[in-house]
Amino acid sequence: MNQPRELPWSGRPSQTESEPASPWRLPISQRINLIRFPWIRSLLQSRWPQFLVRALTLSGFIFTIVAGLLGSRVGSHNFAIIFVWIAWWTALKLAFIPFGGRSWCSVCPIPLPGDWLQQGGLLEKGRHRFGLNLRWPKRMHGSWLQSSGFLLVGLFSAVTLTDPRVTAWVLLALFGLAISLSLVFEHRAFCSYICPIGGFTGIYAQTSPVEVRVIDTRICSTHKDKTCYRNCPWGLYPLALRDSAQCGLCMECVRSCPKDNIAVNLRPFGSDIGQTARASHLDEAFLALVMLGSALAFSAVFTGPWGSLKSAAFAIGSPAWLLYVLGFLALNLMVMPGLFTLAVWIGQRWSGGKTQLRRAIANQSQVLLPLGLFAWIAFTISFAFPKFNTVLSVISDPLGWGWNLLGTANAAWLPDVSGFSAVLQIAILLIGLFWSASVAQRIAKRSPQSYFRQELPVLAFILLFSLALLWLLIG
Amino acid sequence: MKLSSKWLFWIAIGLAVVIILAVPLLVSSAAPVDRTIRIQAKRFEYTPSIIHVNPGDRVTIELAAGDVVHGLSIDSYNLNVTADPGQTARLTFTADRTGSFRFRCTVTCGNMHPFMIGKLQVGQNGMLWRGAALALLAIVAGVWRGWK
Repeated sequence: MNQPRELPWSGRPSQTESEPASPWRLPISQRINLIRFPWIRSLLQSRWPQFLVRALTLSGFIFTIVAGLLGSRVGSHNFAIIFVWIAWWTALKLAFIPFGGRSWCSVCPIPLPGDWLQQGGLLEKGRHRFGLNLRWPKRMHGSWLQSSGFLLVGLFSAVTLTDPRVTAWVLLALFGLAISLSLVFEHRAFCSYICPIGGFTGIYAQTSPVEVRVIDTRICSTHKDKTCYRNCPWGLYPLALRDSAQCGLCMECVRSCPKDNIAVNLRPFGSDIGQTARASHLDEAFLALVMLGSALAFSAVFTGPWGSLKSAAFAIGSPAWLLYVLGFLALNLMVMPGLFTLAVWIGQRWSGGKTQLRRAIANQSQVLLPLGLFAWIAFTISFAFPKFNTVLSVISDPLGWGWNLLGTANAAWLPDVSGFSAVLQIAILLIGLFWSASVAQRIAKRSPQSYFRQELPVLAFILLFSLALLWLLIG
Repeated sequence: MKLSSKWLFWIAIGLAVVIILAVPLLVSSAAPVDRTIRIQAKRFEYTPSIIHVNPGDRVTIELAAGDVVHGLSIDSYNLNVTADPGQTARLTFTADRTGSFRFRCTVTCGNMHPFMIGKLQVGQNGMLWRGAALALLAIVAGVWRGWK
């Protein structure tokens, strides 16, 4: 049996069910352990339900690639475009992440073959495992590569989101990369460090009302086998989980814990954010800013009235596209990080704060999470709602070959939701802004300095962002 | 019964919301006129892509398709017109709803067709201004919530 190489936790834990010692953990009384419900327990303890759902998503994934490669070149008539970028992308932002955190990761088909190879079996871990099982290079830890991947997708988004062939090749590339990395590196290296969707899902999972945590840390500290850590495909140790950004909710720790000491908690929204006890790593801050910048850029390209911008984003390789690339990268690599750093720096100087700037940026970046998630939801309403009738259409004619399998191929149902959707977008952005301002205040008031002066520039930053997005979406 | 500061604050916020939503915006005093606007459509853009008219104007849109068949429908106005390549189609309506409305291509014209969008601005965009004021209020309310 492999021994854990290095537990990502040190020191003796002191938290018990009734005694929340860590500042980032809310009292257990504010949690509902879903495992206590027998039917949920049996659903999660057995590997079969998850396996069946993953088999279904894998089949859908393969069909999507086939449809993308062989079906109609017209995006709105092809299952690959409509189901990936309208149906799934909408479901991810409106349902999976806000209510389930990284729950999509638990049924995502992309790492599935790699998991099977690594564990040497489909359901249970087998004797024969494939792969080199190397550790992921330490200098490549964090979410820098995920941010880069997201930016890369953004540069080609006008083509990727509209050309079925390109969507299919992108999915195939992600599939191949996930399998290759699982053969070289241990655990889910692709999901943890490369997958751009994993980065997106991970940071916003911290706002979600679901978490996997240990129930009694004393039991873990005396349990020598650490079966949860050994069985976690992600290489996580539940006792060391500080937030839900990394946990893929695969439930292997629940299944493998011999002491029944792992809880799947329903918790208040945003329990992970608003704390000061965070590392000074800037990768999450950068990822959060990339998400904000991308939401602005995508809103301008896909929902704005500027045809020349759309043409530039679509004409890959042309001088206009190069200008678009420059603008997109300048927004995400300079304007957003620059303005946010300036806001935090002004806050520090103005309040007389002594916190190191990078630590202050890392702390304050939590403010961006609720707003970022709600900004993406607001963008999705403009992006996807007017095209929902195409979902019905491609169900009957997934390849765009003129079929009408379920009689919905010519679905003309297209409610005019424009008036309603504008109101909805404003409401959603306001909720995100309210939540973010509340987080900013919670962070600032823990500081010994004048917290109003510290938070004011960051509040100005999120207000500026919200007004810009509001203008792009309904202006 | 004495109200706590918490309740007083939320009542004040509620009142502010009502005022922001109810306060009338400055209305243009320009008399309604007949306007004819020629829009050139080619993949995947309209030229001009942003049209400003006054409330009550009688607007005729001449849609000229340059390359392939294009359509134009205006959100919330329930209007639709289609133009063949090289042809001009006309659409006349009264701009009786104020605000900002997207118009979209209704005929599949290529990959970026779902995002071929223009904007019709009728008078002031009250929703945007009210949204901006509410955003400021949301910040104040959020700070209060975090403080308490």
